[in-house]
Amino acid sequence: MELFINRIFDGLSNGATYALLAMALVMIFKATTLINFAQGEFAMFGGFIVMVLVLEQGLPVWVGVILGMLLSAVLAAGIERTLIRPFDPSDHLPLVIITLGLFLAINAIAGIVWRFDPRAFPEMFPSGNAFTWGNASLSWYTVFTLVTIAVTAGLLTLLLNKTKTGLAFRAVSSNLESSELVGIKVGPTLQFGWAIAAAVGTLGVAVFVASPVRQLEPQVMVTGLIFAVSAAALGGLDSLGGAIVGGLAIGLVQSILVPYLGIPSELSLFAAVVVLMLVLLFKPAGLFGTAAVERV
Amino acid sequence: MSDKNDIVLDVKDLRGGYGAIQVLHGLDFHVGDGEVVVILGANGAGKTTTLRAISGMIARTGSITLRGEKIGTSKAPDIVRKGVAHVPQGRGTLPELSVEDNLLVGAYIRKDNEVQSDMEQWYDVYPVLRDRKDQRAGSLSGGEQQMLAVARALMSRPSLLLLDEPSLGLAPIIVAELFERFAMINKETGTTMLVVEQNAQLALGIADRGYVLESGTIFTEGPADQLINDDAIRKAYLGV
Repeated sequence: MELFINRIFDGLSNGATYALLAMALVMIFKATTLINFAQGEFAMFGGFIVMVLVLEQGLPVWVGVILGMLLSAVLAAGIERTLIRPFDPSDHLPLVIITLGLFLAINAIAGIVWRFDPRAFPEMFPSGNAFTWGNASLSWYTVFTLVTIAVTAGLLTLLLNKTKTGLAFRAVSSNLESSELVGIKVGPTLQFGWAIAAAVGTLGVAVFVASPVRQLEPQVMVTGLIFAVSAAALGGLDSLGGAIVGGLAIGLVQSILVPYLGIPSELSLFAAVVVLMLVLLFKPAGLFGTAAVERV
Repeated sequence: MSDKNDIVLDVKDLRGGYGAIQVLHGLDFHVGDGEVVVILGANGAGKTTTLRAISGMIARTGSITLRGEKIGTSKAPDIVRKGVAHVPQGRGTLPELSVEDNLLVGAYIRKDNEVQSDMEQWYDVYPVLRDRKDQRAGSLSGGEQQMLAVARALMSRPSLLLLDEPSLGLAPIIVAELFERFAMINKETGTTMLVVEQNAQLALGIADRGYVLESGTIFTEGPADQLINDDAIRKAYLGV
């Protein structure tokens, strides 16, 4: 029983980090109906920036994280402006190829700069346990990762629903031509989306590798991206709340279904994708995605 | 016989289209301050393309001036900021956003603090929008979406309103109400309107002047009451 509870907590905290990355994917998907394959690598790169700021420049952890988020946002904004905006937003093939190219390039650059062996990442949260019942324990790490998601989701929702920039972003996601017709500048709006997505992704990686049992390396998000895409799709690609539910669900599948169904842990990714497929079979738009209902 | 005081929109030798397919072959027309001008024509004549050329949505050549300012090479967001609002064909609703958000988006370029009071005003003109203000705009009926699209365009307080086939796909009784409302808006606010329509009778009923477009050129033009009584027009466009 206590092992089960521990597994739930593990699943939730892993799931929380998938959720953060999934939220980043959803931001870009909402605006462009594009899956940014480089999202994981942006996040990983941001994580390394944080590591450099904290471990080499000696900044306090949370200052380093916020600064790292800002810097990765600036980088992503630059990439959007130079590599994405020149292309027709409705033609997805060149854009997909570019994000795949970025995936490979950023991964390689990170490897050149920081090498491929795993590195220690500063701890972001107090170590130790918040609660213990016998052999079951809820670590502060798990508590804080869940708090981080909740706060991030809250801030993103406020941004999208209560600010003019957020309105512009939602408008562009909904109808690009009409957005232009009311004077919204589509390019800068999308750029803003890329920047926010990168920042959220960086936070996701930072939280992920801040765990006492994990380390930062350029490969950290290569499979992580697939979990994140599954989480986003599970939740409905255009729903931020869905990304959270999806992320937590995938995390729980990984930590609970896999050991209890006797699936080898190497297949946990496969198990996650199978769960995704089953959900999509019954709810093609994901659990919370908007099924297109329109009267003409 | 005096002209309207100012020319709001002056277009000369307008050419444009979609890449290899050129649709407009040299149009000359103008819209005076406070006028309702109608562009009629059959499918494929180039009516929608004309409006898109004015609002900057397609590549075009020729001279387009808005109150004397050249906008022929400006981009769409800048043209909106100069006071042009375009209600596209098919309404252009932002379906996932609420009715209220659709209206707020219409006021995107405004920096003043009268946006809320303007919105209330449009809720008074179109009460059904107030009833549905938190509903997803995509779930509204066609007529309601058309009202929303017009109110959204007017939220930017434009000096020129472009309306692309507002009657398209709507029931006759809804369309009649819609056009009554357009006439009222024009009279009460003095908003200059350029309306593209296939429903010639209805459009000429609220217009001051009209142009008839055929294959990208202007076939004939004149005061609305003259066009409505013109036999050739009646045969070709009114089926009478």
